[in-house]
Amino acid sequence: MKLGFLVDLNLCMGCKGCEVACKVENEVPLGSWRLRVKYIDIGVFPEASRNFTPLRCNHCESAPCERICPVSALHYLENGIVNIDSARCIGCAGCMMACPYGAIYMDPESNTADKCTYCAHRIESGMMPACVVICPVEANIFGDVEDDTSNISLYIMEHQGSGVQVRKPEKHTDPKHYYVGGGTQTLDPLAQQRLEGYNLFNKITHLEHVGDPHHGVLDRFLAPFAGHAEYDNKSFMDSEKSDDDSYEQEGGH
Amino acid sequence: MIEHGINATHAVVTLDVPLPGIIWGWMITLNMWAKSIGTGVVFVAAFLWYRHNKDEMPNMRWTMPLISFIALNVFLLFTLVDLHQPYRMINIFLHPHWTSAITVGAWMASLFTGLIMVMMLIGGFDAFPDFRKNCGVAKTVRGISPFYEKIFPFVVFLAIPVTMYTAIIMAESSARELWQAPTEVMQMMWAALMAGSAAMIFVSDKWSKEARRDLALILAIATFFSFIMYMGEYFFSFKSSEAEATLAYVHSGGAYNTEFWFGMALGFIAPFFLAVSNMKSDNKTLLRFAAILALVGLYMAKDVWLKIPQMLPLS
Repeated sequence: MKLGFLVDLNLCMGCKGCEVACKVENEVPLGSWRLRVKYIDIGVFPEASRNFTPLRCNHCESAPCERICPVSALHYLENGIVNIDSARCIGCAGCMMACPYGAIYMDPESNTADKCTYCAHRIESGMMPACVVICPVEANIFGDVEDDTSNISLYIMEHQGSGVQVRKPEKHTDPKHYYVGGGTQTLDPLAQQRLEGYNLFNKITHLEHVGDPHHGVLDRFLAPFAGHAEYDNKSFMDSEKSDDDSYEQEGGH
Repeated sequence: MIEHGINATHAVVTLDVPLPGIIWGWMITLNMWAKSIGTGVVFVAAFLWYRHNKDEMPNMRWTMPLISFIALNVFLLFTLVDLHQPYRMINIFLHPHWTSAITVGAWMASLFTGLIMVMMLIGGFDAFPDFRKNCGVAKTVRGISPFYEKIFPFVVFLAIPVTMYTAIIMAESSARELWQAPTEVMQMMWAALMAGSAAMIFVSDKWSKEARRDLALILAIATFFSFIMYMGEYFFSFKSSEAEATLAYVHSGGAYNTEFWFGMALGFIAPFFLAVSNMKSDNKTLLRFAAILALVGLYMAKDVWLKIPQMLPLS
């Protein structure tokens, strides 16, 4: 069994339901995302179009994050999922350096690396990932890519002529996350411009910190003895406000 | 209109989450810089002992491992401090994952530091025979004095992978294509020779002129080849679209452009000429100045090379 994901970008309408469902299901802290939907505008008025691209871990068959993890916190499950054991993670951020898709983040609450696990806990109970269940247009197709009769395999076969793509195939990571209806402009980050202050709802283009903003160098050593102070989402937002938004700031280091 | 046609090919991100900024920052730079000193002094010592009589460098037997030990501890300290869960560092030894260069490097660096510590103790107690004369530990250490020379060849051999494993970590960091260069391995080696010779210059006051000239020679060669390699990477390294985008950003005068060129001029070009001039006329002050410049410049160059690929959006 090899579980995979396919997103039909022709169907996705950018409602961000999957993003919210993922946040709720996995209790992803503010400022972190296991799954996100990126809006990309192409062309000029009146020929402009807006494209929506859900981005999550690709669960590569040859995962660079698994290879670089010094303690096997990142590991393969039998069903092909690249899972993460937060209790073992040392927080070296090697996986964040290795993942070509930028799919791994440092959890600001646990100060360990985290990412999409295809909702491994739900799959274990025979349920579908939260993002699949919530999608109103069934743009997320999930299943066993080794099973020729699975929905995802049938979808891939049906659309192979019109182009089933993966992100960054040149990396030879053999991702198990496919896109239908995508192109260079939607899937290649270098083909997109990120204009400062151009975002629809916020002007933050880069995070100020990696991991917990209140977890400085000394705190990392003292935390097990002093107890980790309870910082909620509000404190996170306060810290975002208090800092200036230069991308040169190095958070957590 | 044609300009609209060109604009029509541009995709603009209009809504996305904030991306992480620089993840591996100055602590990793400091970590690499300190490791360069820690292993570099070993290479330099091996070369000088091969070329010269030991009497020409009377203090090197204890100063070399002492400098190395201090630098390696700085390196290990910042490796630890940079972890978000520093106490779990033990997991590298309890649950090692051998495909990871971080694991292999941590094991090798720990062994290397242990051996350097032994050499430091032997060298130190031998150099100061009256110090703790009746102490049991001192007596034991003085008793195994010949062990120093026996383990030294192994330490030199071990210093090679300890120097280079960071390049393998960078090679495994497949998201940062600028680091995916075979030249990184040699760059680490030149950095070690540069930092090692620069560090040894500070303890070479009482050495023979010939030994000091060799130190200047190593510094000159290391700065020269390191500079040439950086230039090669900077101008010709069009290996991939991501590496090209990173370099294009620096070429266009983006952030870190000034730091990079400042580092090149200060840490490579200036020390090269100072070291070359010192090979003809033995000027200790100028040589020390060259060593300081080389160490500062090396830090700046490493810092830029570490940070710039992290500024690219990955998704």
